[in-house]
Amino acid sequence: MMDFFSVFGFDANTEWVLTGSLLLGFASGTIGSFVLLKKQSLISDAMAHATLPGVCLVYILFQVKSIPLFLIGAALTGLLATQAIQLIINRSRIKTDAAIGITISVFFGFGIVLLTYIQQHFGGSKAGLDTFIFGQAASLVKSDVQVITIGSLILTLIAALFFKEFKTVVFDPSFAKGIGLPVRLLDGLLFSLVLLVVVIGIQMVGVVLIAALLITPPLAARYWTEQLGVMAFLGGSFGAVSGISGAVLSTTIDHLPTGPMMVLSASSIFFLSFLFGSKKGMFTRMVKQL
Amino acid sequence: MNALTVNKMTVVYDKQPALEHVSFSVPEGSLTGIIGPNGAGKSTLIKAALQLIPARSGSVEVFGQPYKTQKQLIGYVPQRSEVDWDFPTNALDIVLMGRYRQIGWFKRATNKDIEWARACLEKVGMEEFAKRQISQLSGGQQQRVFLARALAQDASIYFMDEPFAGVDAATEKAIIQLMKDWKQQGKTVLVVHHDLSTVEDYFDHVLLLNKRPIDCGPTQSVFTIDNLEKAYGGSIAFLQKTTAAGGRQ
Repeated sequence: MMDFFSVFGFDANTEWVLTGSLLLGFASGTIGSFVLLKKQSLISDAMAHATLPGVCLVYILFQVKSIPLFLIGAALTGLLATQAIQLIINRSRIKTDAAIGITISVFFGFGIVLLTYIQQHFGGSKAGLDTFIFGQAASLVKSDVQVITIGSLILTLIAALFFKEFKTVVFDPSFAKGIGLPVRLLDGLLFSLVLLVVVIGIQMVGVVLIAALLITPPLAARYWTEQLGVMAFLGGSFGAVSGISGAVLSTTIDHLPTGPMMVLSASSIFFLSFLFGSKKGMFTRMVKQL
Repeated sequence: MNALTVNKMTVVYDKQPALEHVSFSVPEGSLTGIIGPNGAGKSTLIKAALQLIPARSGSVEVFGQPYKTQKQLIGYVPQRSEVDWDFPTNALDIVLMGRYRQIGWFKRATNKDIEWARACLEKVGMEEFAKRQISQLSGGQQQRVFLARALAQDASIYFMDEPFAGVDAATEKAIIQLMKDWKQQGKTVLVVHHDLSTVEDYFDHVLLLNKRPIDCGPTQSVFTIDNLEKAYGGSIAFLQKTTAAGGRQ
């Protein structure tokens, strides 16, 4: 892998970053396949935004940049946000879209307030916290990339191990329960995987656009296949390509944030798939109808 | 022996009771139709019995043991409309889900499992659609895929939720044949059903329900105009027309 990148004349640190972005993209595209089919794209976006205040709170309390601590903070406010959405839907006449809209803005707004506080009082740029909104691959140091690499490998492994169970739970939760699968536990596991993607990707991609990296690659993959296994792998591959091209663009061109570059790459892949995808692409369907 | 016993099942939706103190039992090897007007709680009853939705109170016994310890004996065919048929998978894959309990965690389906699933598809006349994407199937074919999945489970008690709703003649025939086969093998079948004109042809037992159980037992003694009047109330004039050849006086 390393030798592959050195062909392009990148230095060792950049090679590390590119490897990390590739693996993160793959993991998020694979896990995103299940999120997409579970129709939880929007709620995972809300959750991603809502991790910001949690991460900031943890930093204010402990003043260290530690992934396990961030994970706890992110899980706390991420979970709180999804619970808040559920509560609003159940207890008021507000519909799902409005409930998600309100929750995103409140949590993200609060996160921005905390982030500004950190920058003014702790010099957040030293910890790389200033990149948490849109991500900045160039700000990553070796230990950050190690966390991303190991985290992404674990995520992909779990998705592969529980593939059959996730598939059943997403397609038909009642049936899954009937055959004795622990549906709530598996739902919780999938939720944790999304959280983990958000937290390990926070510095590279940022909280604003990480959901797009979860959803867009598998959405593009859906235009090429009718098999979940292929979709998950292809979604992962599209995610990997988006991740690496976003990282390359943002490290070679000055001051370009990484998250938006990754999402633009993913969106280009989506657009091409939408037009030319072999199963559901617009042109493909038109040709079939001729 | 009773295959299934439900004791005082109560389910509440939004403070409105959907089921009140429903108790009944069905003997092993019986074919039971669960009948009642719209909103009588028929689907709710089987979902609550299988613990797919929470019940406020009540217990369920399967062959005299608590349901929790007997889950492996149960096969469930949900309503077709409850899943997204645009899901990226084919018919064979869905049927294989019926084997997942036997296959176990972290393992893949073996050739034997795939053979088994194919045989189940064949039983419902769907063998040539094994590799067909599920969104490309007709409603009746989708229903038969669900039946094949239940068949693949090789359960002792089957619950089916409105399997006849909106299906073609071929599928109707396949369902009836399957129920006969199951009965012959001594399996117990409970079916949520709303077409009163076919009740006597399909089922040897009937549970008549309208939030409370009206009556439960052999079809001849339960499926009477008197009982139907109790269950359906005001709409009985319409009922007498539809069951002119059906319910007895």
